[in-house]
Amino acid sequence: MKIETRTVGDVYILDCSGKITLGEGTMAIRNTVRDILKSGGRKIILNLADVNYIDSSGIGELVSSFTTVTNQGGKLKLLNLTKKIQELLQITKLLTVFSVYDDERAAVASF
Amino acid sequence: MTKKSNTIEISIGSALEYLDLVQTVSDCITGFMGFDEDAAHWIGMSVRESVTNAIQHGNKLDLNKKVDIRFEVSLEQLDVYVGDQGGGFNFDDLPSPLDPENLLKPSGRGIFYIRSFMDLVEFRQLAGGGTEVHMVKKIPSNQGD
Repeated sequence: MKIETRTVGDVYILDCSGKITLGEGTMAIRNTVRDILKSGGRKIILNLADVNYIDSSGIGELVSSFTTVTNQGGKLKLLNLTKKIQELLQITKLLTVFSVYDDERAAVASF
Repeated sequence: MTKKSNTIEISIGSALEYLDLVQTVSDCITGFMGFDEDAAHWIGMSVRESVTNAIQHGNKLDLNKKVDIRFEVSLEQLDVYVGDQGGGFNFDDLPSPLDPENLLKPSGRGIFYIRSFMDLVEFRQLAGGGTEVHMVKKIPSNQGD
């Protein structure tokens, strides 16, 4: 699991790659989101295009990050879901929770 | 593949570091059996989720307790058994992750995913303590000919 953070204006984009699974992967997202919130960032996009595997703990971490950011007055959105992540979110009704985009500019402009 | 079923057994300590190994074995077996890429992925995930539950919730990461994984391969289906040595849990009363009050909970989706992707999922208490989950994935009728 690797996360590269970049900014477009005041929007933080986290380019995630590899596996989001229990342990290292979920902690990486949690810590990165926490650090952004600490530094005052409130607009976050998780780009999941290069995530080749996610388990239920990874899905749980997406939910957890979403609620953490929302509770601090921010917004967290998802970009470039893979087919498998989309399916996992869909069958657990989480596609109704997240704002999902497949175009980065549209995602950035949505805040 | 021969007509007779084959059994592959793995016994691991209760450490999450073994998850990749177990999943790799699952991927090898499903590839060998001819499952398509999507089915193999979801079977692998179901195995991983059940072993995660056994390590984390069953054996509570106690390195002295084992998780036993058994793959039974036949021409018709794959049977996977995952047993732990924990205190058991009430598998008839699991909260649904789809209920509005559970939708934003960070956990509680693993067994739901397993039930979504496998054809049969059943739990039983083991005589010597612990819980065993039995999962079945049938080979589609147009495969394995």
